[in-house]
Amino acid sequence: MTIKILNAIIAVVGGVLGAIVLYWLLNKLAELLPGRWEDRVKPYLFLLPAVAAISLYLIYPAIQTLIYSFANKNSTAFVGFDNYTSLLKSQNFQNTLFNTLLWIIIVPAAVIVVGLLIATLADRLGPRGEKLSKTLIFLPMAIGAVSAGAIWKFVYAVRPPGQNQIGLFNGIFTGLGGDPVNWLQLSTLRFNSLLLMVMLLWMQAGFAMVLLSAAIKGVPTETLEAARLDGAAEGTIFFRIVVPQIRTTLITVFITVLIGVLKTFDIVYVMTNGRSKTNVIAVDFFNQLFTNRNNGNAAAIVVMLLIIMIPVLVFQVRQFRAEEAAR
Amino acid sequence: MAAITYDRATVQYPGAERPSVNALDLEIADGEFLVLVGPSGCGKSTSLRALAGLEAVADGTIRIGDKDVTHLPPKERDIAMVFQNYALYPHMTVADNMGFALKISGMKKEETRKRVEDAAKILDLTEYLDRKPKALSGGQRQRVAMGRAIVRSPQAFLMDEPLSNLDAKLRVQTRTEIAALQRRLGTTTVYVTHDQVEAMTMGDRVCVLKDGYLMQVDTPRNLYDKPDNVFVAGFIGSPAMNLIDVDLDGDGAVLGGRSFPLPRATMAALAEDGSKTATLGFRPEGVRLVGEGEGFPFEVVVVEELGSDAYAYGTMHTSRGTEGDKLLTLRVDARKPPMKGEIIHIQINPDEAHAFSASTGRRVSGDAAPAPGGGATRVSQA
Ligand SMILES: Nc1ncnc2c1ncn2[C@@H]1O[C@H](COP(=O)(O)OP(=O)(O)O)[C@@H](O)[C@H]1O
Ligand SMILES: [Mg+2]
Repeated sequence: MTIKILNAIIAVVGGVLGAIVLYWLLNKLAELLPGRWEDRVKPYLFLLPAVAAISLYLIYPAIQTLIYSFANKNSTAFVGFDNYTSLLKSQNFQNTLFNTLLWIIIVPAAVIVVGLLIATLADRLGPRGEKLSKTLIFLPMAIGAVSAGAIWKFVYAVRPPGQNQIGLFNGIFTGLGGDPVNWLQLSTLRFNSLLLMVMLLWMQAGFAMVLLSAAIKGVPTETLEAARLDGAAEGTIFFRIVVPQIRTTLITVFITVLIGVLKTFDIVYVMTNGRSKTNVIAVDFFNQLFTNRNNGNAAAIVVMLLIIMIPVLVFQVRQFRAEEAAR
Repeated sequence: MAAITYDRATVQYPGAERPSVNALDLEIADGEFLVLVGPSGCGKSTSLRALAGLEAVADGTIRIGDKDVTHLPPKERDIAMVFQNYALYPHMTVADNMGFALKISGMKKEETRKRVEDAAKILDLTEYLDRKPKALSGGQRQRVAMGRAIVRSPQAFLMDEPLSNLDAKLRVQTRTEIAALQRRLGTTTVYVTHDQVEAMTMGDRVCVLKDGYLMQVDTPRNLYDKPDNVFVAGFIGSPAMNLIDVDLDGDGAVLGGRSFPLPRATMAALAEDGSKTATLGFRPEGVRLVGEGEGFPFEVVVVEELGSDAYAYGTMHTSRGTEGDKLLTLRVDARKPPMKGEIIHIQINPDEAHAFSASTGRRVSGDAAPAPGGGATRVSQA
């Protein structure tokens, strides 16, 4: 334990000192240059370490992954598009893609709706009630996905008929006279996937609520009063006056959650590990790489994930810029 | 269009210690332009918002036309409001801002468009119809807010300091335009301002409020000539009326060691509560210069020349040294203003002097009949 703490301290102190020394050296280097060149070159010199780190840890692996995706299992020979074609043909991977699509369609929208609902309702409580309810709803944010898995396993848990049902769902279900159901194996209409999505919703709704609530409070009251005088009903005011004014926050939340969804791994890994048709792309990748030890397939999956994400990222960057410009 | 009646309307904010508007009694005639004026925090906005249905009325009633609207939601009152910061919908174009009420009332698109365009023509907004509010100047935004009100042809316009975000020049220009537009449309209008010049120039009648109490409602002329009480006297008029606390002797006020005679009726009224003091008021223009030995000596401290007018600020000694050191204002000949430091002699025109009771603050001069419906029972001295 002490060793660990010591290590951590050394790492922090060493890292900071190292950075200081590095930048000091770079500065000295720049000062060697004559006159105006010093000012011209300095910014680039200072950017260098960051750019180098990003290249080393992000760009290089991305390129390497792209290359591996065209190579075989052990990355010893190129196989062209074989990894892609075989993946896309396989029933399992089609299933994974379909699930991922479901997650993308359902979760961000659901998070927004639930977040808005809670934010709006909490806004109508007294100051204390609002604080308390918001804190409670925000709490799951602080819980890691694996811990959340531990909690929700108890919600969905199943025991053979006759035994005491320790799961919340089955407790209620058998209490109402039903037979215990193994919820996480219930793949009809992807019900089990929906149950997993509920977990992410539970974890992210608080985040959405906090941002949306702040945005709703930022909407000038006078515009609401003006609308009221203009004869608008509460629903009309909400959808025609409030929502358009918090649009940028809505989009920010939507995209943040969407990216979270595309990266969803832990919930599925912990709860089902992709069994019973609940697989999603990140879990599939993990299993291809570490269970099947198939570098080629794993890399191809990641490349496909990347391709799905690029438009989202581009949109997000654009949105961000538009927001900056609007300021 | 309709008449508006406040019938002992009281508004108290939740958690507030006392009502922000106290038993307000006010009748506004159909088509009238009524201005609510008073210092900041006197309850102007609250009165207006209660009429709009944005604040709950704790006691009393408010009627629009024959309809009791006291407990109706805003949308059922058919009134339009122009807010101080305009409250335009930032995500809608000018046309959509103006047409919003019509659109949600289910009016046909072409009809809405036509009404919006008509209003835009009146307000000189035609070329901005497709812009967002962000891309408009302050004056244009103000006009959009007006447009949003007039396209609806409501029972009444409510305006809460609609000019306070404009620069001085535009404010003067726009106030004339609003007054002209109101006369043209003939819509009952309640207009809130803290600026007494705006109030005097725009209103058919002006209602002066203080601390949630009605002080006086009357035409601008009457407010100026016959203020009911010390507060209205000091509030209306710029520069303000000179108000001096004076001691009374047998037949008048003691001023600068001499007696300023007051009418017998006034003296009788002042003597009623046994008081030996009163407040004497006269407007800067209610004096004339007289030769040495006549009138009261006045020491000029500052002279302000405004071109058409000049004002001399200075002191006049009353029987009480301290009170007399308050700077008084006189309007003097703009062509021949007195010099700084000069001692001039002035006579207050007897028919332009007002005497106010020291205990109630009410005016007791000559015709001082208590104003009808004046909700104010206590008026402290300003
Ligand atoms: N939302 C509110 N809650 C509590 N008190 C308020 C609120 N709004 C205004 N007041 C109080 O009511 C009084 C009148 O306010 P207001 O009508 O806004 O004055 P003004 O004449 O400047 O428009 C003030 O004393 C103010 O502090
Ligand atoms: Mg106000």
